[in-house]
Amino acid sequence: MKCQKCSKSATFHITDLTGDGLLALHLCPDCAKHYLQPEVEDTETPKITGVLSDQLKLEQTAEELQELDSKKCPICGISFGKFRQAGRLGCPHDYVFFGAELKPLLESVHGSTEHVGKRPQRGAYDTESQTELIRLRGEMKLAVSEENYEKAQEIRDRIRSIEDQT
Amino acid sequence: MEIDDLASTSGEWLRGIGPQSDIVMSSRIRLARNLADFPFIRQCNDIDRANIDSTVRQRLGSNKALRDLTFIDVATLEALDRQFLVERQLISREHANSDGARAVAIDGQEQLSLMVNEEDHLRIQVMKSGLDLDGAWAQINELDDQIEQQLTYAFHEQFGYLTACPTNVGTGMRVSVLVHLPALVITNQIEKVFRSLQKINLVVRGLYGEGTQAMGDFYQVSNQITLGKSEKELIDQVGDVVPVVIDYERKARKFLIEEDQNELFDQVSRAYGMLQTARRISSEETMHLLSRVRMGINLGLIGDLEIPQVNELFIQTQPAHLQKIHQSALSTDERNIERANFLHRNLKSQDN
Ligand SMILES: [Zn+2]
Ligand SMILES: [Zn+2]
Repeated sequence: MKCQKCSKSATFHITDLTGDGLLALHLCPDCAKHYLQPEVEDTETPKITGVLSDQLKLEQTAEELQELDSKKCPICGISFGKFRQAGRLGCPHDYVFFGAELKPLLESVHGSTEHVGKRPQRGAYDTESQTELIRLRGEMKLAVSEENYEKAQEIRDRIRSIEDQT
Repeated sequence: MEIDDLASTSGEWLRGIGPQSDIVMSSRIRLARNLADFPFIRQCNDIDRANIDSTVRQRLGSNKALRDLTFIDVATLEALDRQFLVERQLISREHANSDGARAVAIDGQEQLSLMVNEEDHLRIQVMKSGLDLDGAWAQINELDDQIEQQLTYAFHEQFGYLTACPTNVGTGMRVSVLVHLPALVITNQIEKVFRSLQKINLVVRGLYGEGTQAMGDFYQVSNQITLGKSEKELIDQVGDVVPVVIDYERKARKFLIEEDQNELFDQVSRAYGMLQTARRISSEETMHLLSRVRMGINLGLIGDLEIPQVNELFIQTQPAHLQKIHQSALSTDERNIERANFLHRNLKSQDN
């Protein structure tokens, strides 16, 4: 059998799921390599960026979208635009901060927005110290990048004292 | 434990035991967890990553149940050793190829592995031979509880365990069963299976070896949804459907035998013969032929070879494994020759 993309002989027989249904492909090793490479990247996570852009296109005007994209999490600094591009959030607080935008996304990916499974047995940090810790780590990063090690040390001590309380 | 010690052993999940192990290679459950007080990996700098890495090691080291895990510092490993861990299914390809402080902790049987600083701070994994999702869940749930004694997870009342990607949020759980479906492939029925599983929110994917190489007729069935269902429901969703797939594969095998036993026997024998006599052989071809042979053993067409041996050959003929066993780096062509030699040594026919 000949490769469907070039004229070499096909040794790979791939059946793949696409948005429209099934795709049977007969490829030579080179073309198969090319074809399979991007697949390997996200073996476990369905394309979330696609779901997001579809959802936003339907509901937002261009200006609204631009404004939304520039909205930034105060804790980790990630913008909604960056999340939309990469499909990955920046910190736990984003689930709260971008909550209104995330809910329809979760609904369309999972068909639900409510966790019903296991819960940690031990008390978690309260939201306040959790965000405080991430904020302090951000400040520490900045201090280190400015080579202000004294300040960094000071912040580190504050981080330790919060950690020790829990 | 050193990586080199791993090369001469093999993981528990390759033992070819457990329910339905003729068709089910392994059952795997993975939990994604993040520490409450760090940004997710993408927003971490080198200091954060190093901090997470050392925090996890320290806290886990102080727990009796977790102390026996061996930490391997993935960041300082050679590319070949990282590839080796990928082939071994102990770390993901992303984990092998990313940058910065990161580690994996494993147990002696290679049933447990804990990736630190993958896409999430922690990716906990349990792997079992055959179809044993309840066993895998019991083990990983206990492990998760132990870790949670030491570390505070990012958790939200409504959204559950918080993960970097919203597709994993809630339970953070991915349940996967690796099934060997050669007869469904030969009879062109595999698409039908894909389609029906997709309808009930399950994902089916081929399993890949090095980078791009399709692993002969092995498919991974996993849950897609992680939020809004309990862990038990998610496990049952996969666990209930796999026996149906197994039954379907068995019927296809039966059909092949009844239809043309000689043709099937010919295919299996040729595959076995090629593996025994080839002078140079690629990884893809090896996978393909081993797959036929594996089915042949299950159908009683090959008497002098056993499933665990074939399972091991699947792993040991992968590029990094070959090079570790050979104890030196090899070019593609050298690997193809070494692979043929390795197969020849391990598959010496008892008749001649
Ligand atoms: Zn081609
Ligand atoms: Zn954030």
